[in-house]
Amino acid sequence: MNELNEDELRRRRTRSIAIALILAGLVVLFYVTTIVRLGGNVADRAL
Amino acid sequence: MSDTSLEYGKPGDAAATGALGHTGSVSDYFELLKPRVMSLVIFTALVGLVAAPGSLHPFLAFAALLCIAVGAGSAGALNMWYDADIDSEMQRTAKRPIPTGRITPGEALGFGATLALGSIATLGLAANWTAALLLAITIGFYLFVYTMWLKRRTPQNIVIGGAAGAFPPMIGWAAVTGTVSLESIVLFLIIFMWTPPHFWALALYRSRDYERVGVPMLPVVAGADETRRQILIYSLALFPVTLLPAMLGTAGEVYGGVAVLLGLAFIVLAWRVFRVRTGGEADRVARQLFGFSIFYLFSLFAVLLMEQGAGLFVALPWNGAAAL
Repeated sequence: MNELNEDELRRRRTRSIAIALILAGLVVLFYVTTIVRLGGNVADRAL
Repeated sequence: MSDTSLEYGKPGDAAATGALGHTGSVSDYFELLKPRVMSLVIFTALVGLVAAPGSLHPFLAFAALLCIAVGAGSAGALNMWYDADIDSEMQRTAKRPIPTGRITPGEALGFGATLALGSIATLGLAANWTAALLLAITIGFYLFVYTMWLKRRTPQNIVIGGAAGAFPPMIGWAAVTGTVSLESIVLFLIIFMWTPPHFWALALYRSRDYERVGVPMLPVVAGADETRRQILIYSLALFPVTLLPAMLGTAGEVYGGVAVLLGLAFIVLAWRVFRVRTGGEADRVARQLFGFSIFYLFSLFAVLLMEQGAGLFVALPWNGAAAL
């Protein structure tokens, strides 16, 4: 595989940051979705 | 070179054999999602969400819209993956990320497939599985029925393939209600009937592009005059369909009035396209109809949204009970 030049390295870094932000966004999305869907039932679960 | 990009790139693609891969920027990937198409999808899906009876938690509504948008974007990426060979030959599409080698076909395929599966699963979890099924049908229809099957084989490609673009308000509606109903089918029908005159107006002044790459758009196969006739027929058929939401009680007086006025303007423009057949003026009226068709669809759905969202809804007399 060829060495990446400076511009390609910069784009790879930007892509990696974008992927990290998307993953963090997904964590928030699934967490809030779960809370909203459970609603009041979250307090009624068997302990 | 990335082996993966070659494995999954279609044989014969110049872009597949020429590009190194891993060179695309974030904006290149965003471009794969066809953001302009995606914006119309988000808007029409939002109208479906708002117009549907019942309610959905605002966060779940946001999640549903996000999934619909990403699902539509994934269909765009998969379309660009499959059509990379003809995209590179057409002026309108030659600068897309795959024909220019910024993204390899394999990367686009992986990107599109991941987003498609992710958006369908997330919509099912956030809203319901009826909406997720409709999103899956939309993506599958756009990729398999329109892109792979119809686009290069029949001049009816736009007519049948247009169904894929007409699903979003139905998905939005289903996200709230969990069902498919007559009212949501009517929203589907409006976009379905609008698509042929919209695209054929574009194809009239872009027919050389399509001819060069062998895509059998109607002006290429049946000629410009037949295309003009079909545009007029579909425009006339579209008019009563756009009045159905008012008849069914999904929309009120304001929508009814706007639909009549804009529908008549649409028919007048289609009539001009039908009559003016030669010279620069013919291209000009076709461009005019294409531009107006975008404004037309946007306006109809915007009025629907305002009626429901901003409390402008005044029911037509025969729908008095529905407004209560």
